[in-house]
Amino acid sequence: MVKIGLVVFPGSNCDRDVFNVLNNILKLKTEYLWHKTDSIHEFDAVILPGGFSYGDRLRAGIIAARSPIMRQVKKLAERGLPVLGICNGFQILVESGMLPGALLMNRGLNFVCKWTRMEVLNTSTPFTGMLNNNQLINIPVAHGEGRYMIDQDTYESLKKNKQIVFKYKDENPNGSIGSIAGICNDNGNVLGMMPHPERASDQILMPHGLTNNAILIFQSLMLFLSRKKTVNKRRR
Amino acid sequence: MLSSTEDDYLTRQLGRTPNPLELDMTSTEWSEHCSYKSSKMLLKLLPTKGTNVIIGPGYDAGVLDVGNGDVITVHIESHNHPSAVDPYGGAATGVGGVIRDIISMGTRPIGLLNALRFAPIENSNSSNSKWLFKNVVKGIADYGNCIGIPNVGGEVEFDKSFREYCLVDVAAIGLGRKDEIIPNEAEHDDLIILAGNPTGRDGIHGASFASKLLVEDRSAVQIPDPFLEKLLIEATREAVKNGCIKAMKDLGGGGLACCLSELSESVGMGFEIELSSVHKKIPSLSPNEIMISESQERMIYIVSKKKQHEFTRILDRFGIAHSNIGTLKDHSDLVILLNGRSIARLKSSLLANAPLVNRRSIRPSYLRKIKKYFVEPAEVKDYEKVILKILSNPNIASKRWVYQQYDHEVGTRTVIKPGEGDASVLRIDDDRFISIKLDGNSKHCYLDPYEGTLGCLSEACRNIRCTGAQPIGIIDHLQFGNPERPSIYWTFKKSIEAIADFCKFMSIPVVGGKVSFYNETRRGAIKPSPVIGAIGLIEGRANIVSSKLESGDSLFIVGSTGEEMGGSEYFENYHQRVGGRVAALNLNMDLLHGNSILQLIHEKITNCVHDCSKGGLAISLIEMALQGNIGISVDLEKIPNRCKRLDYLLFAETNSRYLFATKKPSEAEVFLDKLGCSYSEIGHAGDYDGTIELRQSKKRTISIPLQKARSSYENLDRIMKGNNED
Repeated sequence: MVKIGLVVFPGSNCDRDVFNVLNNILKLKTEYLWHKTDSIHEFDAVILPGGFSYGDRLRAGIIAARSPIMRQVKKLAERGLPVLGICNGFQILVESGMLPGALLMNRGLNFVCKWTRMEVLNTSTPFTGMLNNNQLINIPVAHGEGRYMIDQDTYESLKKNKQIVFKYKDENPNGSIGSIAGICNDNGNVLGMMPHPERASDQILMPHGLTNNAILIFQSLMLFLSRKKTVNKRRR
Repeated sequence: MLSSTEDDYLTRQLGRTPNPLELDMTSTEWSEHCSYKSSKMLLKLLPTKGTNVIIGPGYDAGVLDVGNGDVITVHIESHNHPSAVDPYGGAATGVGGVIRDIISMGTRPIGLLNALRFAPIENSNSSNSKWLFKNVVKGIADYGNCIGIPNVGGEVEFDKSFREYCLVDVAAIGLGRKDEIIPNEAEHDDLIILAGNPTGRDGIHGASFASKLLVEDRSAVQIPDPFLEKLLIEATREAVKNGCIKAMKDLGGGGLACCLSELSESVGMGFEIELSSVHKKIPSLSPNEIMISESQERMIYIVSKKKQHEFTRILDRFGIAHSNIGTLKDHSDLVILLNGRSIARLKSSLLANAPLVNRRSIRPSYLRKIKKYFVEPAEVKDYEKVILKILSNPNIASKRWVYQQYDHEVGTRTVIKPGEGDASVLRIDDDRFISIKLDGNSKHCYLDPYEGTLGCLSEACRNIRCTGAQPIGIIDHLQFGNPERPSIYWTFKKSIEAIADFCKFMSIPVVGGKVSFYNETRRGAIKPSPVIGAIGLIEGRANIVSSKLESGDSLFIVGSTGEEMGGSEYFENYHQRVGGRVAALNLNMDLLHGNSILQLIHEKITNCVHDCSKGGLAISLIEMALQGNIGISVDLEKIPNRCKRLDYLLFAETNSRYLFATKKPSEAEVFLDKLGCSYSEIGHAGDYDGTIELRQSKKRTISIPLQKARSSYENLDRIMKGNNED
């Protein structure tokens, strides 16, 4: 059976929300991983949830990036297994060097919590297999430091390598370069995104008239893992 | 400082002269802020029992049964004085304080609300109101966002009486299990553990500071640390689940002195406290500084010796500092030791119960003067202009600038979000939901504290009914000036009487509250500002409704509009005129209309309801049109009313009125006829070239393009974004 690890740092606060979607809605076996855990090799994928790890002290994500569990997460990613960072999780992935670039304070200088639409630009990651190119996903953002920034050359190469997975469709809520909402690593198995799919996975939480298509992100992961398990079984 | 009568009383009760430490502890605990000495007697008038009430007021938070073994806890606090001096820190620590009250009951905080009051901000070059507003919102946002508790709703009022001051009320709501409510029972030899922030010199004399008129004193304001609060939430939840905690209380106003005496009294045991064990920021703190410091993010826990190690292991895992500061004793005293030597000994019940004060009350003379000199304004000519002007006033305009800074989605419970409906709706599970709203109206309460307070109660209940909820509890926050002045005390008394009358009539218990006096600066007292919170329950997700109009909907109004203009936005903001008759409340009619609306929702006759209050009918209609992004056409002749003038009909703030939309107008009529409500079908939603049309037969048509209305309605964004330099 597939098992997903959900990392909990001191100050993580979307851990229970992600758990609820994976465990209760999708019936995926999910376990919390306290940040001091030093062995995670039995997990098939890891999710870094949103929140304010270490109270965003110094800079969002920078302390958590040096937490013992991050060495394990890196190893897991090097094995090609899926790693998803949401909001603060994205900030941690960037601070730990697992994803390029930096997340700066929003251009408006205020925290911004609102519903957005994001466009899918890459459907070949473990998290986007069930999405269509240019599909629009209804999803809220809630962050103070979500302005993705990178030098022009790397930006061009991200574009070329299809590492820009999601971008904001209408208004850019934070001033990100190229309206970037989420990027993946070269290999495609590590994805960081500022919007919160776990807040848009249950129809009852959707604003009037919008559908909960963000759940496809988790369902894609589920499909990816089940296929992989089948392949592995056959190999054995 | 104790008054001479209090000093005498203390000496008489002790049978000796108190030493300086005992005096300091007592004067902190007997401050108005901690002791409620001016209000306790009147608060007894409030009904506090009800079918859902497990624990009423008097504890850190009220506890309501919502079925299935679940309970919700709710509490409201203010942080007015600190916020007026340091808006960021004051507001943030206010949020921290009210959250710890929810934790103390053994529940997890799941939502925050706030009610804010400032002086006008449009032309604020001469005052600091915009700076206060901006930083209060930022303080609340940063604290709530960091700990991951959604700020789901609130209200903001602007009025000149808050010049160089502000009111910052924060409410929190918690969810837990009935069988996990802390028993608050302890025995001899149990341990007293202080956990959280080391005690320092921040917030010294905070409670006393809040018990007199505002004089800037920065050292009395506390410093916020939301990260530590988040750790306290998680550690406390884990300890509760493991049955480690026998009693607990948060440290707020009055610090250890207040917390220990009240906890000792409530568990009915003596405490022996060793001050040298307290973990501190600076070693040189004196005993009295330790006792009255208001350093934030601290909790006191009572645990048995058996559970001590299990409990401290949990704290250690979260990296929370703690110290074992004493033990429970088989007496009823609070004994303070320093290195084993007793330096203070007071009966807890003496300390926790200040001698009550009988305050005189006299009807204030301003009421007579206003009545004598008030002249009605002339009827306006250009209605389009007036409506847009009222719509753009920060009192009415969209509060999007505020709520977009709050994470209102975290926790994945927010079903009706800020800006979507008349109240916020949070899910408990897939079948049960709570609806909550805070309302206040200092303009109404100034002109008539009794009817004004009734109006706030009615409005808060109307708002939650507009989401489909049945009210199950009320919280109140009563904010006034100096109670030693009889004219102020009179307004307080009227306000309490209104709450008592309303809640008794409606059978809705008061489950929590707070009194805040001395809301004064050198310019004088604030207007009487009770803030009322209504909490309601919705069973079944199909019964949740919003105020979103759809094309083809028929628009109905329930209730008749009277010439009740006193304190209205039209009088106060458009005409700059204070006076007139405040909307009065007919309790029978209020209940009838409220229940009728709930029945219409349950019968699936409507799924779109909006309260008609601040700004009047014209504003409420436009709000509905904007919410649905759709045109409306309304026949003004069809509106049931008792008004001689069109401006009064459009802008009166009469209570007990609801607007609703339906696709089954004839069923609605049959239903409302049967219930005996005064109502009328007044118009339709549709294209209408994207305009809001208010027609008065052939005489005139007031026509406002939606786009223009939206632009006015978003005026607060413009005002606040026009200035980003600090």
